[in-house]
Amino acid sequence: MSAVRLSGDTHPLTYRIQPDLKPLDLKAYEALDGYAALRKTIKELQPGDVTKLVKDANLRGRGGAGFPAGVKWSLVPMGADAPKNKYLVCNADEMEPGTFKDRLLMESVPHQLVESMIIAAYAIQARRGYIFLRGEYIVAAQNLNRAIDEAKAAGYLGNKVCGGDWGFELFVHTGAGRYICGEETALINSLEGRRANPRAKPPFPQIAGLWGKPTVVNNVETLSNVAHIVLRGASWFQGLNQGKSKDAGTKLYGVSGRVKNPGCWELPMGTTAREILEVHGGGMKDGLKLKCWLPGGASTDFLLPEHLDLAMDFDTIARAQSRMGTGLLTVVDDKQNIVSVVRNLEDFFARESCGWCTPCRDGLPWTHKLLQALERGAGQTGDLEALEQMTRFLGPGKTFCAHAPGAMEPLQSALRFFRGEFEAGIAKSPSQVAA
Amino acid sequence: MAIIHVDGKQFEVDGGDNLLHACLSLGLDVPYFCWHPELGSVGACRQCAVKQYKDANDTQGRLVMSCMTPSSDGTYISIDDKEAKEFRASVVEWLMVNHPHDCPVCEEGGHCHLQDMTVMTGHASRRYRFTKRTHQNQNLGPFISHEMNRCISCYRCVRYYKDYAGGPDLGVFGAAGNVYFGRAEDGVLESEFSGNLVEVCPTGVFTDKTHGDRYNRKWDMQFAPSICQGCAVGCNTSPGERYGELRRIENRYNGSVNHYFLCDRGRFGYGFVNRKDRPRRPLARRNGELVAVEIGEALAQAANLIKAAERAGKKVVGIGSPRASLEANFALRALVGAEHFYDGHSSAERALVARSLQILRDGPVPSASLRGMESADSAFVLGEDVTNTAPRVALALRQVARGKAVQLAAQKHIADWQAAAISDIGQHDKHPVFVASVAATRIDDIAAATHRDAPENLARLGFAVAQAIDATAPAVDGLDDATAQLAKNIAAALLAADKPLIVSGTGSGLEAVLTAAANIAWALHAKGKKVELVLAVPEANSLGMALLQGGDLDVALAQLAKGDATVAIVLENDLYRRADRAQVDAALASAQLIAIDHQDHATVLKAEVELSAATFAEGDGTMVNFEGRAQRYFQVYDPAYYDAATGVREAWLWLSDLRAQARDAAIDWAHFDDVTAAVEQAFPALVGVVAAAPGAKFRLKGLKVAREPHRYSGRTAMRANISVHEPRASQDADTALSFSMEGHNGIQKGDRPASLVPFAWAPGWNSPQSWNKFQDEVGGHNTGGDAGVRLLDPAANASAIAYFGPVPAAFAATAGSWRVVAMAHIFGSDELSARAAPVAERAPKAYVALNPTDAASLGVGEGSLLDVIVSGATVRLPVAQKTELARGTVGLPLGLIEMPFVKTGSAIKFAQVKTA
Amino acid sequence: MSEPVIKLADLHKQSAAAAASTPAPFVMYADDRAAIEHEMHHYEDPRAASIEALKIVQKRYGWVPDAAIAEIGGLLGIPASDVEGVATFYNLIFRRPVGRHVIKVCDSISCFLTGYDDVRSAFSAKLGIQLGQTTADGRFTLLPICCLGACDKGPVLMIDDDTHGNIAPDKIDQLLERYK
Ligand SMILES: Cc1cc2nc3c(=O)[nH]c(=O)nc-3n(C[C@H](O)[C@H](O)[C@H](O)COP(=O)(O)O)c2cc1C
Ligand code: SF4
Ligand code: FES
Repeated sequence: MSAVRLSGDTHPLTYRIQPDLKPLDLKAYEALDGYAALRKTIKELQPGDVTKLVKDANLRGRGGAGFPAGVKWSLVPMGADAPKNKYLVCNADEMEPGTFKDRLLMESVPHQLVESMIIAAYAIQARRGYIFLRGEYIVAAQNLNRAIDEAKAAGYLGNKVCGGDWGFELFVHTGAGRYICGEETALINSLEGRRANPRAKPPFPQIAGLWGKPTVVNNVETLSNVAHIVLRGASWFQGLNQGKSKDAGTKLYGVSGRVKNPGCWELPMGTTAREILEVHGGGMKDGLKLKCWLPGGASTDFLLPEHLDLAMDFDTIARAQSRMGTGLLTVVDDKQNIVSVVRNLEDFFARESCGWCTPCRDGLPWTHKLLQALERGAGQTGDLEALEQMTRFLGPGKTFCAHAPGAMEPLQSALRFFRGEFEAGIAKSPSQVAA
Repeated sequence: MAIIHVDGKQFEVDGGDNLLHACLSLGLDVPYFCWHPELGSVGACRQCAVKQYKDANDTQGRLVMSCMTPSSDGTYISIDDKEAKEFRASVVEWLMVNHPHDCPVCEEGGHCHLQDMTVMTGHASRRYRFTKRTHQNQNLGPFISHEMNRCISCYRCVRYYKDYAGGPDLGVFGAAGNVYFGRAEDGVLESEFSGNLVEVCPTGVFTDKTHGDRYNRKWDMQFAPSICQGCAVGCNTSPGERYGELRRIENRYNGSVNHYFLCDRGRFGYGFVNRKDRPRRPLARRNGELVAVEIGEALAQAANLIKAAERAGKKVVGIGSPRASLEANFALRALVGAEHFYDGHSSAERALVARSLQILRDGPVPSASLRGMESADSAFVLGEDVTNTAPRVALALRQVARGKAVQLAAQKHIADWQAAAISDIGQHDKHPVFVASVAATRIDDIAAATHRDAPENLARLGFAVAQAIDATAPAVDGLDDATAQLAKNIAAALLAADKPLIVSGTGSGLEAVLTAAANIAWALHAKGKKVELVLAVPEANSLGMALLQGGDLDVALAQLAKGDATVAIVLENDLYRRADRAQVDAALASAQLIAIDHQDHATVLKAEVELSAATFAEGDGTMVNFEGRAQRYFQVYDPAYYDAATGVREAWLWLSDLRAQARDAAIDWAHFDDVTAAVEQAFPALVGVVAAAPGAKFRLKGLKVAREPHRYSGRTAMRANISVHEPRASQDADTALSFSMEGHNGIQKGDRPASLVPFAWAPGWNSPQSWNKFQDEVGGHNTGGDAGVRLLDPAANASAIAYFGPVPAAFAATAGSWRVVAMAHIFGSDELSARAAPVAERAPKAYVALNPTDAASLGVGEGSLLDVIVSGATVRLPVAQKTELARGTVGLPLGLIEMPFVKTGSAIKFAQVKTA
Repeated sequence: MSEPVIKLADLHKQSAAAAASTPAPFVMYADDRAAIEHEMHHYEDPRAASIEALKIVQKRYGWVPDAAIAEIGGLLGIPASDVEGVATFYNLIFRRPVGRHVIKVCDSISCFLTGYDDVRSAFSAKLGIQLGQTTADGRFTLLPICCLGACDKGPVLMIDDDTHGNIAPDKIDQLLERYK
C-alpha cells in the first residue's frame, strides 16, 4: 500500500485498510462511515432505487467480463409474482492466476463486502446470500465470519435488517478447490453440492440460478463498490476515474512477476499499464527487461511493451486484442522462454478443466503436451499448426463455457508475437524427437 | 411450424425442437454424441456443431451446437460449411485422443456410434502422439461389461441411469481429462434397467456381457422383429441369432410401446432358448421311459391316445397357456373343441385376468399405452409392484414424476429438450405419484406418498379414493382417519391433474384391488379427466388367453381326476405352477398327458408324449399385451438349418397335424396366416390380430424382407462342420421375411411397416441410433405407424358408469393363520427368464417374509429357518423381516423355481420353528 | 509434471491398500455429524453441504476414507455415487491418505516466473519425494496447487492452513521445522 493517507472520496475500496492489513472490526468500520449506506438504503431507498443507482453509476463487473452490475440486477424478477426465494452470491473464488485483489478486500475490510452485499440483496430482494470463498482463503473466511457475526449482532443481518421488514441471512461457503468454480454457473452447481460443471445459458442465473431460483452472482470487488455508490452517489462514482476512461470508478490494479515492488493498488479506472508497472510496481527488477505482459490474469492475451501506455479499461484493452480481465498485470521478463511460460499456463488450464465438454477436456491436455514437446526441443512439424487449430477450435462459442477460450488467449497471442520461439522447439533430428 | 434454411434449402419443421433433432428428423445427417432423443440436450460433446447465420445475407456466421439451438422460424444454418466440418472432425479427433482404437476386439465394433460418427466426420488419421490415459474397469455384475478406456465422456450413461432411470449407483468421478463413469465401488448395477446402458453408451464402455461370452458382430447375426416374452408389457425386441443360438436381445423401437428402452429381464432373460437341456426332439413313453422318437411316431402315438379316449366316451381336455401365442392356444382349442379348452392360468389368476379384461373392454376408460403413460401428470399405483411384475412400467412412471420439472421449466420458457436447465429448475419437484403396496417397492423414491397394507386394505383405500373423487361411488366404512385423509389427498392430487394415470394389476391376487382401481379411473372419467388405466396382468399373453375364453383350470383338473376326461393336452405350461401339487398329481395320475413345450419341467416329465415346441425365437405368433395391443413376433432362425433332425416345431403346427391325424382329416391350415385368420373368424373381439403385421404374401418391390444384414458373412462356411455343400437358405413360407441377407432392407420413409423391421440399420448408421431412420420424427412414431393393433377400446357408450362393489372387509390378522401375499421378483418370478443363467444369478433365494413383530411372536429372527406348510407340503425357508408388511400377512416369493404353488390370499400355517 | 488429481484408475487399489494399513475403521464422530447437520441448515437442499461434509471428515482423518462416502451420502440423503463424484472432483478433497502436513506449492504463472521450479526441486531434494508423494515417515505430502492469490509474494506455498510467501529455496529447512 502506498504510504499516502487515502480518503473515501478517492479510494473508496481501500481507504479504510490499516497499514498492517489487520481487519477492521465493526466498531472501527462504523467509525469510518461503515453501514451508513445500509442504514440509508433501508430508510430511504426502494429496491429499484438501488438498482437504478448502480446502473447510473455504470458499475461494470470486476470479475473479468465487465458486465454492468445494475443491468444484471434489473433482470431479476421483482414484485409480488416473483419467486419467494432469490439469492445473492458473491464470487470470492479468486483463482485466476496472477490475481490477488479480492483476498485483500476480504481479509482487510470484510465489513465493506458484508454491508455491500446486504444492500445488493435488498436491491433484488434476496433473502439469503452466500459468499462463495475459495477453500484456501483461511484468513478471509475467519474475518468474514467474524464480520457476519458482528453484523448479525448489530441488527444489520437477520429477520429485520436495520429494524425494517426485510430480512437477509448471509453465509460463507468455502470451496474445495478448482478454478472452474469461479465461472458463475459452475459456482452455482458447486454451491448446490454438485460437481462444478458450468450450466448452459439461457436460462441465465437471474432467472433460474441457485436451486432454480433467481440468483445474482457478482465479484467481491464489484460488490464492495455498492455501499459507496449508495452513500456518495452515481455521479461521484462516475467521476472517480479522473477522466481516464469511459468506465467508471476505481479499480484494484496490481502487478506481479519479477518487478521491484509487486503489489495491488486502488487507482482510477483507466490508469495506464505503464503507471501501474513503473510507478506503483517500481519497474522491472534490475537486469531484466519487459518481454510481454498479461493484462488481467492467465486467461487474457499477452500484450507487448509497446502496449504499456494503453489505459487499463475494458474497451481499450479489448481494442488491443486482449482483455482487461481482473486488471492485475503479470509481467514476463526477457529471461523467460515464452514456450515455457505458455506451457505453464496451459498446464494450469488443462488441469482445471471441469471435464464436461470435449474440446476443453481433451484438447487442453494435448495442447499442454505439444508445448511440453516444443519446450524440450522435441516438437514435430505440424505441431504449431495443431496449436493454431486449437486456438481456433477451443475459442468462444465452441466450448461449453469460457474456460477453454480463456486458455487459448495467451497461447494465440504468444504464437502471434513469438512464433520464432515456438519454431525453435521443433526437433532438428529424429533423436531429439525421441528425447 | 417453422421454416428453417439448411444449406440453401428450405424445410418446414416443428419449431419446438432443437436444430439437431429437426435436422435428423428431416433425414439430414448431423453427427452427435451427448444428445439422445429421450435424454435431451446438454451440449457437452460439441459434436453437433453447425454454422448459423443471422439471416439470408449473413455470410460470416458462427458455429453453434445444433442440439442447443432452437429450430425457430427463419433460422439459417449450414451443415456443409467448411469450418463446421473441420470443427466436427476435430471433435472426433479429440475424443480419439485417449480412445484405445481396439475396434477389432471390441464388442461394440460394427454397431458403434463412435465408429459411425468417426466415419461421418471424415476424421481418418491420428496426430496425437503422446501417452493415453488409462483406467481400471469394474465388475458390474452378470449383465454388463465395463471397459472404461473406450469412454468418450459424453455423460450419456449417468444421464440415462441416474436422471432418467433413477438408479443411484452409477456416477461420474474425477475431473478434467480424467473423468470416470462407474460405481463408487465394484458391484452389481442396481437398476432393473441397466441393460439400456449398452445402447445408450455410444461406444464400447458398457456392453452386453451375456453376448460377450458368445460374441459375434451385429452384421453376422440374423434378426427378426420380436416381442419380449418376459411380462405382459410386450416390449418390442430385436433378438439376434448365430449358429442356432440367440446371442443377444436388443431394443426394437416402437413409438407407442417401449421406444428406446427395455428392462433387464427382457434383455438378458433369453437364455432359456439356448439351454442344452431343452427338449429338441419329440419324446414318447416306452416301457415307462420317455424316449426320443420321430415326429411322425410322436404324432401317431398322441393321435391314438386321443382317439382311444374318444372311443371310450371320455373327454380330451386342452389346457392352454398365457405364455404361448394366440395361434398356438387357438390351435389347441380347435383340436379339443371350445368346450374342452381351458385357460392356462391358475383358477384364481384366470378370474383376475378376466376381470381386468372386462374393466378395460367394457369400461369407459382406455388402457394406457406404455409410451402414453409417460405423459400423465399424476399417477396412483394401487397394489401392484410394477417394477417386478411389469418392469418397464416402472421406468415409464419415473417419467411421469419427471414431467413436473419439464412443466416448471416451460413456465420459464425453457424448451423440453433443455435437459440440464430442466433438472436445475425442477430440483426435487415431481408430479405426484402415489404408491400403495403390500411392501416397499423400487419406485417409492419418486412417490409423493406411500402406503403399505394388506391387499384388502389397499383395495379399501382405492375405493375410498374413488368415493372421494365421485361421491356416488361406493363408500368405505370404518376407515381410520389417517387412511381416510390419505385417500382424500390422493383424490385431490388426481383431480388436480389433467391426465391422471391409475396403475394396478393382478399381482396382489385380489379382485377388489382391480375393481377399486377401476372405480378410481371411472370416477375421474366422470369428472371429465383424461384418465388412463394400466392393469398389469401376469404373463406375456395373459390378455390373449382371456380373450380366447377358455374354461377354469380347476374344472379341467377335476374332470381329469374324476376320470371324466382321460387325456390332457397341455400347451407350454407347467401345471405345478398353476395349482396345488396334490391337485395336479391327482389329475395326472389317472390321465394321459400330451405335453407340448420347449422347456423341461415337472409336468412335461409326466407326459406320455412330449412334443418339442419352438420358442418365440423359432416360431411366429401373436400376443396381446396388457394394453390390449396385438403384436406379432417372428421366427428368428430355423433350427433345422443346423440340425436337420431337429424336432423343434411350432406348437400350432404340432397341434394342427395332431388334429388332422386324430380326426383322420386333411390338414386345413397350410400356413401360419391361416391360423391367425381362423382366430379372427372365431372371435370378433380378436379382429385386428391379422392386421398386427403383414402376412406371408407381403412383398416390398417384389422382395421379402431380409432377416440378415447385407454384410452377413460366413454363410458358406457356417455349416461346414456338417457338410461342405452349402444348402439353400431355409425358406420361410409363413412370413414375409427371408432367412437370408437377400431381400428388402431399405430405409426409405414408409418403405416397411414397423412390424417388419427386424433390426435397425441404415447407410452410415450401424448403431442403434439408426432407429432415427425408421421414425416419422426422431423419437416419435415409427414411419407408417407403430407396430401392433389395439384390440380394446373403451366402450363407446359407457356414459352411465356402474361402479364396482362390494368394498371388501378390512383385513384382520388371525392367530395361527397367515395370509399369503405374493412377493414378485423381476429376476426369478418369471418362469422362462429364470432359466437364463445371468438372470438366475440375480434371482433371490426363496424366503419367507414377515413383519418383525410377527417374527418375534414366532420366536424367529432374520435368517432363521421356518417350516412353512403350503398346500399340505412343508418348505423350509429363511426368514426375511420386512417392517412394511402388514401384521398377519406373510410374503412369499411365488414363482421362484424353488417355490411350490401357493394361491395368493390363501392362509398358510407354520409348522415348526428352527433358529439358524 | 505429475497430476494433482488422484487418478481414478489407481483409486480403488490405493484405497484398498490404504484401508489395509489403516488399523482403525472409519467412524463418524458425533460432533462431526452434528457439524454436518448444522451445515445442512444453511441451504435449501442438504446436498449443498456435501463438500463441507467431506471437509469435516477430512479434518478428522486427514483424508476421506472410503466408508465415509456412503455415510455422508446417508446423512445428506443423496447417493454415495454423488458424494464420490464430488469428492473426486475437487482437488482439496483427498481420497487417499496424505501425510500429517500437506505442502501445496503454487505452480501458477506468477510463482512460476518468480522461482517455483527452484522451490519445488528444493522440496523434492529435501524430502526425497516428488509431487503427489508422501514422505516415508508420513510427515509430509507434497502437492502442486494453482494460484493462491498472493502473486505479489511469489513463490508462494501453503502448509496445512498457513500461507507462506517469498519462499527462498535455502530457507525451507527452517520453514519445515515448524511442522512436526
Ligand atoms: C473459467 C472462469 C473462471 C472464473 N473465475 C472467476 C473468479 O474466480 N472470480 C470472479 O469473480 N469471476 C470469475 N469468473 C467470471 C464469472 O463467471 C462471472 O462473470 C463473475 O463472477 C461475474 O461477476 P461480475 O459481473 O461482478 O464480474 C470466471 C469465469 C470463468 C469463465
Ligand atoms: S470449456 Fe468445457 S470442459 Fe472446459 S471448463 Fe468449460 S465446460 Fe468444462
Ligand atoms: S450432441 Fe450437441 S453438444 Fe453433444
